[in-house]
Amino acid sequence: MKKTTLFKALYAVFIIGLPLLSQHSLAESNMAKMSGHKMQAQGGDAPKNARDPHAYSAGTTLTQGPYALKGGERLTLADEHSFYALLGDRFEYNEHTDATVFDLQAWYGSTFNRLVIKTEGDISDGKLEENQTDILWGHAIAAYWDAQVGIRSDYAKDGKSRQWLAVGLQGLAPYWFELDMTAYLGEKGNSALTFEAEYELLLTQKLIVQPRAEITLYGKDDEQHELGSGLSSSAIGFRLRYEFTRQFAPYVGVEWTNTYGQTADYARLKGQPSNETEFVTGIKFWF
Amino acid sequence: MRVKEPLQPKVLPRRRFVQGLIAGGVLAAFPSLIHAASSLAASITGNVAELSGKVIDLVIGESLVNFTGVVRTATTINGSIPAPTLRLKEGDDVTIRVTNNLAVPSSIHWHGIILPYQMDGVPGISFKGIMPGETFVYKFTLQQSGTYWYHSHSGFQEMTGMYGALIIEPREPDIISADNEHTILLSDWTDDDPMELFRKLKIQGDVFNFNQPTVPEFFNDVAKSGVANALQRREMWNQMRMSPTDLADLSASAMTYLMNGTTPMANWRGLFKAGEKVRLRFINGSSNTFFDVRIPELKLTVVQADGQNVEPVTVDEFRFGPGETYDVVVEPKNDAYTIFAQSMDRSGYAKGTLSVAANIDAPVPALDPVEWLAMTDMMGNMSHSDDHSAMSGMDHSAMSGMDHSAMGHGGMEKTSMDHGAMDHGAMAMDHSKHKMGGNPLAVPSSKVRHAKTEYGASVDMRVDMPRTNLDDPGIGLRNNGRRVLTLADLRSLNGIVDHQEPEAEIELHLTGNMERYSWSFDGLEFGKSTPVHMKHNQRLRVILQNDTMMTHPMHLHGMWSDLENDQGEVLVRRHTIPVQPAQRISFLTTPHDVGRWAWHCHLLFHMDAGMFREVVVS
Repeated sequence: MKKTTLFKALYAVFIIGLPLLSQHSLAESNMAKMSGHKMQAQGGDAPKNARDPHAYSAGTTLTQGPYALKGGERLTLADEHSFYALLGDRFEYNEHTDATVFDLQAWYGSTFNRLVIKTEGDISDGKLEENQTDILWGHAIAAYWDAQVGIRSDYAKDGKSRQWLAVGLQGLAPYWFELDMTAYLGEKGNSALTFEAEYELLLTQKLIVQPRAEITLYGKDDEQHELGSGLSSSAIGFRLRYEFTRQFAPYVGVEWTNTYGQTADYARLKGQPSNETEFVTGIKFWF
Repeated sequence: MRVKEPLQPKVLPRRRFVQGLIAGGVLAAFPSLIHAASSLAASITGNVAELSGKVIDLVIGESLVNFTGVVRTATTINGSIPAPTLRLKEGDDVTIRVTNNLAVPSSIHWHGIILPYQMDGVPGISFKGIMPGETFVYKFTLQQSGTYWYHSHSGFQEMTGMYGALIIEPREPDIISADNEHTILLSDWTDDDPMELFRKLKIQGDVFNFNQPTVPEFFNDVAKSGVANALQRREMWNQMRMSPTDLADLSASAMTYLMNGTTPMANWRGLFKAGEKVRLRFINGSSNTFFDVRIPELKLTVVQADGQNVEPVTVDEFRFGPGETYDVVVEPKNDAYTIFAQSMDRSGYAKGTLSVAANIDAPVPALDPVEWLAMTDMMGNMSHSDDHSAMSGMDHSAMSGMDHSAMGHGGMEKTSMDHGAMDHGAMAMDHSKHKMGGNPLAVPSSKVRHAKTEYGASVDMRVDMPRTNLDDPGIGLRNNGRRVLTLADLRSLNGIVDHQEPEAEIELHLTGNMERYSWSFDGLEFGKSTPVHMKHNQRLRVILQNDTMMTHPMHLHGMWSDLENDQGEVLVRRHTIPVQPAQRISFLTTPHDVGRWAWHCHLLFHMDAGMFREVVVS
């Protein structure tokens, strides 16, 4: 049972993810159209006869062979350094819920392998209401894509905390869509799938509109958490920010949230509407 | 800890009034800074000391600078920016003692100088570096003459002030005659920690690009040329997730451009007397900036490239990248001229004045508009016209036998014909003879061979049909109404270049991923790479294909790079060759000196990101 759910969740991520990866082939086919013969400018698989990048080394390495420095000493450059980032994608006050929402991401590591921490949640009356934190290992699998695996931990003030296994894809799709999709496998055969997309429209070099969409699906009905199976919720928003610097930008925005199916029914039972229009003000930052 | 000697300025700076004044003000306002920096002397900037002779002493240390209104600590050589100009003599055995007073290891590399590898000054390759407090003695014989430069090869020290001119006077009387000369070293300064700038690029590759396509621009295009054309103009870029304005990783938003260590506002000045013929030794000693240099109303006669004499060619403008040098001769008629060096991305400029007296200035031109990269910069040999819509119907099968030189570039006139058409003819004949002799290496191979490591996450594009013509001045300079120097214009003077045919050929691709800010050869960053082995004294052809959309100034240490065209005609001897986007070039080299050598993109951030290979000659 568990295995099938995991399989389903993985399948869901990759059924969405793989076509995106294969967008490379879109670029390819378009180029082919333009140039009249087969070309592939991005991605793809190396042909069998592709050149060996070590073919000219004659057996030497950076530390071995004629004239190498003594003691195995060699040059190291920034490609072997680790870097870090803290990205505050959303840090905003939601006037409708009277809560502060945060959506932060941090990473540490090299160009191709990173520890990634994503955390989002909301705070009201100075208390953490709920929080989802993903701790992931990210590995570059294509020019614009990182695969991520790890765990997710949910905290809720009313005590319904739980843990999940996570596997996802994060990257940049053709036409500059920033995507982040993750499949989760929880306790008791629960599974979930989240999908986030962001886009940027530059009105000027500093004034930028960011459309953003997020949807969540669940593998099965979960009465305890008041979540129905299938498409459960969505949030679609627009945020207009002014980049005082590339690293600091206050914004105003509007977001439409919806719940669907059984999840919407649970909400209605509690007297909550299944859709809301919410206004937000916040700052986007990174350092 | 180490003992830091306060360095006393030996020569009074001529033009530091602005910096000096602001520095004083800032220091007074922050007593704590004065305290912290009490052991540091203010850096000399502008016209710096000139050192000559056979024995030179250089001291690496820290000193204070103020280019922008804030005081920063620079790493300097003998306390000045630029470092002292070394004027040496061809044939001399020189001894240069370099003392490192920094708290971290340092080094000095003699850029373009042929010498034993242990003297080349690349830590981790030619030696261990110069440890704090240590003095390293460089000893070598000067086998060449011309305009060169020297700089630190450790970390980002070059970027924080360690660069200076190195001029080697020829043993015989100089064939370049001039009444007067000035050395003009262009560089870029940042008030930020270079590693912090690098980290920002790792997080957001376009963080310093303020010329990105916008929505209003799109609607302008729609109004001008219709929806279909406006969409088509953007389609490839958006689909491939590439920016058409990605011309420089670091713009004027992070950098201040300097001419001889002097900001545009402080206006470096070189004087001449009416009627004089003036030689200007231009050195691009910047860390990350391509400069487009011109002197409005003055023709530039290029007489030397990378220290090697070339057949004179007269132009209005030239582009050069970090590491390259050009000597030009000018014959000024007016009282004052502006030496204008705009950055390739058009975000800023370095400037100075050439005048007969200290109080005369000339107008400063406006920055040229930002131009989008053309399809030819992304896909190479598709079309040399900028009319994208014309491409879809192109028949590429007809292009294989294309004569590139005949394609031209619209308004660009080819005035390089006066470079002795005879020479050309002779070379072409030679060439056909070799062909009949059956040397398969008579011409560079044109078949693109991507490395198998170019298909992974480190590479964001590959070019299958590169352009091989050398007569493109590059993005932003095409059809600008000025005569702009191209590689095709350059011919070494007879006797410089070795016309021996290659015995072997290697091909490497310049690769990168702008989103991840990773740069490499063949998709392998330096740490994952193995050296390129070259046989001692064997003539070798090196093909470099640029699979990125940026221009890379490729510097091979320890040996000359004799640039050839796609017909195998050797044109010009260089030490740093700029390779344009989607371009495939080749050069011949004969490694006369054994050892380990560095080979890298001279954009310092590209080098540090991994576009670096070690070369073993044995």
